[in-house]
Amino acid sequence: MGPRREWPEPAALAAGIGRRDRSSVAAALNLLDDRRPEARRRASELCSLLVHGDITAHHMVGLTGPPGSGKSSLSAALLRTWRVSGRTVGVLAVDPSSHRTGGALLGDRIRMLQASHDDGVFIRSLASRGELGGLSAEVWPMSIVMLAAFDVVLVETVGIGQSEIDVSQLADSTCYVVQPASGDTIQFLKSGIMEVPHVFAVNKADLGAVAERTTRELKSAIPRMPDGDWALPVVLVSAATGRGIQELAAHFDAHHAFLSAQGTLAAQRRVHQAMWIMKRLAEEFGSFGIERLGGTRSLTEQLTRTGASPFALHEELRQLLISAYSKPV
Amino acid sequence: MSAKKKESTWLMRTYSGHSSAQKSNELYRTNLSKGQTGLSVAFDLPTQTGYDADHALAHGEVGKVGVPISNVADMDALFDQIPLDKMNTSMTINATAAWMLSLYVAVAERHKVDPKLLKGTTQNDIIKEYLSRGTYIFPPAPSIRLLTDVIAYTYKNIPDWNPTNICSYHLQEAGATPVQEMAYAIATGLAVLDATKAKIAAEDIPTVVGRISFFVNAGIRFIEEMCKMRGFTQLWDDLMLTRYGVTDSKLRRFRYGVQVNSLGLTEAQPENNVQRIVIEMLSVVLSKDARARAVQLPAWNEALGLPRPWDQQWALRIQQVIALETDLLEYDDIFNGAPVVAAKVSELIAGAQAELERIEQMGGMVAAVENGYVKRELVRSHMERLRAIERGDLKIVGLNCFKETAESPLTAGADTIMKPELSAERDQIARLQAFRASRNRADAESALTGLVDAARSGENIMPASIRAAHAGVTTGEWGDTLRKVFGEYRAPTGIDISSKAPGIKEREAVIQDRVRKTGDELGRPLKLLVGKPGLDGHSNGAEQIAVKARDVGFEVVYDGIRLTPGQIATTAHEEGVHLIGLSVLSGSHMELVEEILRELKARGIEQTPMVVGGIIPSDDTPKLKAQGIAAVYTPKDADMNVIMGDMVDIVRRSNNLAPFGAV
Repeated sequence: MGPRREWPEPAALAAGIGRRDRSSVAAALNLLDDRRPEARRRASELCSLLVHGDITAHHMVGLTGPPGSGKSSLSAALLRTWRVSGRTVGVLAVDPSSHRTGGALLGDRIRMLQASHDDGVFIRSLASRGELGGLSAEVWPMSIVMLAAFDVVLVETVGIGQSEIDVSQLADSTCYVVQPASGDTIQFLKSGIMEVPHVFAVNKADLGAVAERTTRELKSAIPRMPDGDWALPVVLVSAATGRGIQELAAHFDAHHAFLSAQGTLAAQRRVHQAMWIMKRLAEEFGSFGIERLGGTRSLTEQLTRTGASPFALHEELRQLLISAYSKPV
Repeated sequence: MSAKKKESTWLMRTYSGHSSAQKSNELYRTNLSKGQTGLSVAFDLPTQTGYDADHALAHGEVGKVGVPISNVADMDALFDQIPLDKMNTSMTINATAAWMLSLYVAVAERHKVDPKLLKGTTQNDIIKEYLSRGTYIFPPAPSIRLLTDVIAYTYKNIPDWNPTNICSYHLQEAGATPVQEMAYAIATGLAVLDATKAKIAAEDIPTVVGRISFFVNAGIRFIEEMCKMRGFTQLWDDLMLTRYGVTDSKLRRFRYGVQVNSLGLTEAQPENNVQRIVIEMLSVVLSKDARARAVQLPAWNEALGLPRPWDQQWALRIQQVIALETDLLEYDDIFNGAPVVAAKVSELIAGAQAELERIEQMGGMVAAVENGYVKRELVRSHMERLRAIERGDLKIVGLNCFKETAESPLTAGADTIMKPELSAERDQIARLQAFRASRNRADAESALTGLVDAARSGENIMPASIRAAHAGVTTGEWGDTLRKVFGEYRAPTGIDISSKAPGIKEREAVIQDRVRKTGDELGRPLKLLVGKPGLDGHSNGAEQIAVKARDVGFEVVYDGIRLTPGQIATTAHEEGVHLIGLSVLSGSHMELVEEILRELKARGIEQTPMVVGGIIPSDDTPKLKAQGIAAVYTPKDADMNVIMGDMVDIVRRSNNLAPFGAV
C-alpha cells in the first residue's frame, strides 16, 4: 500500500503558484480536476485566492480551429516565439474524448518543446470529456492557475463549438486558425453562425496562392467594426517556415493592450468566471436550478458585480438550491 | 545425389552485430567459416540515429542491438581480414545510410580495393522508419533527398550495390496484412523512383530500376505468403513496364531478400518457433518464379533476449538443410498452372492495386505517411490481429491454446541467452575519444564545412561524406551537421484511430467499469502516460497499449518514440498521471528505468507507480521490481485485458484502494 495522500492546502498552493513553483502548479491542476466534494471546496478556495492577485499583466490566448488546420504546429511555433522573447508559457491542450468510454488519447506535447528541460514551459493536456468541441468545467479554473504562474497561457481546442462555454468565453484573446481553401469559415462568418474571434490566422502560407486567396476572401467577409473598436486582423502564417508567427504574436499583444486600455480586461474575466459558475451550477442542478435562481441574465449580473467573491457566491447559491430542493414536497 | 543440375542457392545470412567492431568481426568470421555466404550487419541505435557513443541519448544503448560504428577506424576493424571485393555485405541502416556507405567506401579505399568492386546492400528505406522501425532523424523531404543521393551515386560508382532495400518486412511486424504489405512497399518503391528520376538521365532509369531491391516478411500463413510473393513479382514487373517503360524484363525482376516473421514467434514454449521458422521460410523459397535472393532467419529464442552464437548457428543450419538436403532446387516453378494459386494471387494483386490507387490520390506514399493515413491503417490492422488473438479466433499454440507444457530443458538454467557486454559502452567511448584526439582536427573541420555546403547546395551528399569519412569525422558529427541543416522530425503516431469494436466484449466492459469506478473514487478519470524512452523506435507495442487503454477508458498521454528520461518525468509531472507505462525493446531497460526513477524523484513524484513492457529477460524482472517497478510485461503477456485489469489494480493499490483482482 502506498502512503495516504493528504489534501493540499489552498493557501500553500496559491503561495507556491505565485512563486511559479512547478510542483504547486501540478498539484493545483490535479486538485481542480478532482470531482470529490472536499476537492471542490478546496478548489474554490484556491481560485478565490488566485483571482484576487493582480494577474492583469498576464495574457490568456485561445487557439481554435477545425481538425487539420495545423493548430498544434502553430502552437509550437508561437511557444518558441514567446520563449525567445523571455516569457514563460503555460499550455492547456484540449483533445476530444470518447463518449462511450471516456477514454482519450492526448499527445503532441513533445512536438511543442525544443529543449527537453525548459522550466519556462508547462503543458497539461485535457480530455474534452463529453463536451463536443467545447471545454469541460475544469478548464476555466485550470487556466486561472496557469495564468497566475505564467506570463502567457495558451488554450488550444478543436473547433468553436456550439456548447455553452467555448474557448472565446474563456480566453482574453481568441485566435481562429483557418485551413486554406476550406470555404467553411467564410460561410460561417457570413451566416453569422460563428462567434467572431479577435484574430484570424490563415495557416500553411507555404501552400502559396491558395492560402493568399483564402486570406483575401476572409478579409472581405469580416464585418466592419465601428471606429474605436478592435479591428480584426487576418494574418497569413506558416508554422512550417515561421512566416507571420511574430506578427501573430504581436497582434495578441496589441489585443491585450487594447483590452487593458479600454479597461475591459478585468470585466471580461469576471464574465468568464460567471460563465464557469453557472456551468457548475447547471451541472449540479440542471437548467431548472438556473431558472430557480432567476435565470441566466440576472445571474450573470449578480455574479459579475465587482467586489463580491464569485466563489463565495457560488457556495451561497449552491446552499440556497440544496435547501430549496431538500424541502419536503 | 541427383544428377540434375541444381539451381544455385540464395545468399544465407544471419543478422548480427554487438558490443564492438572487434567482437562483431570475430563473430562474422566464425559465421563465414560455418558456411554463411554473406554478411548482414546490425548497427546499434546510436549509430542508426546519428549519435556518437558519448552522447547523452546514447547512454545504455551502445553495442546493445548491434555494433557501434563511430568512425572509419571502427568500420575498418569490423571488416578486419574480410576481403571487401569478395564479400556481399548487407547493412541494416537507414537515416545514416549515406554515412555508413561512405565509411565502407573509405575502408575499401584504405585497403586499395576499387569501390567499383563492392557488393552489398544498404537498407536505406526511410519511409518504413516513419511507420514502424523509428530510426529516422530528418523530415521526409531531406530524408528522401539523402536516400536518392545514395541511389544516384551508387548506380554510377558502385554498380553492383543495392542502394535501397525497400522494406515490407517491418510493415508486417507493425500489423500489415499481405495486401497492405504489397501496396505500401510498392508505393514506397514508386515514390523513391519518382524522386530519383529528377536526379538522373532519362536513359539511366531502367538501370536504376534494376538496382531497386526489396526486403520482405514471411508469416505463418504460408500458402498466402507464397502467393503474396508471386503477386509482388507480377505487380512490380507490370508497373516497371507501364510506368517507367523498362523493356528489359531482367531489370523489372522483383529482387528481394527475406527475414521471416518475428511477430508470430512466441516467448511461451519457444521451441515451437523452430517449426514456425521452417514453414515461413518455405513460403519464400518454394516458388522458383518468386524465390528470395537472400534469406535471414531469426533465432528460435529471439523473444527471450539476445540469441547466442549457437542459436544463430541453428538458424543457419535450417537454411542449409532446405537448400542442400532437399530436392527443392532441382525443379522449375511447381505452382505454374495451379488454379488455386492463380486465383489467390489475382485477389491479392487486386487488393493492392486498390490501395495503391488510394495512395496515389493522396499525392503518393510520402504524403500518405505525413498525413498519418498509412500509420493509422497499420495500427488498426495490428489492433485487429491482437483482438483476434484475445478472442481465440487466431490460434497461436502455446500462447492462447495448448498452454500446458513440460519443463523445457532448452530454457532451464543460466546463460540461455546472450548477455551484452557491460563494458561495451565504456570501451567504445574510450576508443572514440582516443580517435578524436589522434585525428587531424583541421582536416575533420574542413570536411564538415564541405558537408554543410553539400547539404545546403543540394549536390550529392556522398562525395562530401566520403571525404569526411577519410578525414576522421564521427557518426555523431555527421548526424549533428545534417540535423542543423535539415532539422529533426517526429512522425505521426497513428493511434488516433476510432475504435469501432462492434459491441463491447464482456471482459472489456468489466474493465471499463473498473476504470470508471476507480476514477470516481480518485476524483478524476484515470490518466496513463505511455512512454518510449531511449533510441529504440519499435513502437508497435506502445501504440497498442495506448489504443487499448483509451478503449477501456483511460486518458492516455502518448508522445511517440525517442524520449529522454527527463522528458518522461516532466510529462508525468505536468500531466498529473496516475500511472506510467514504459516500453523498451532494445535491452537498455535497466539503465533507462534507473534514470527515469531518478528524474521522477527530482520532481517529487517518485510515488507514481510504473510498469515496464518489452523484451525483458526473466532474470531482470526481479531486479526491476526491486527498484520499485510494479509490474513487468513481456511478449508472453498477450492478453491485453489482463494487462489493463492489472494496471487498474496497480493504481488502486498505490492509492490505498482495495484491488479488484483478476478480470
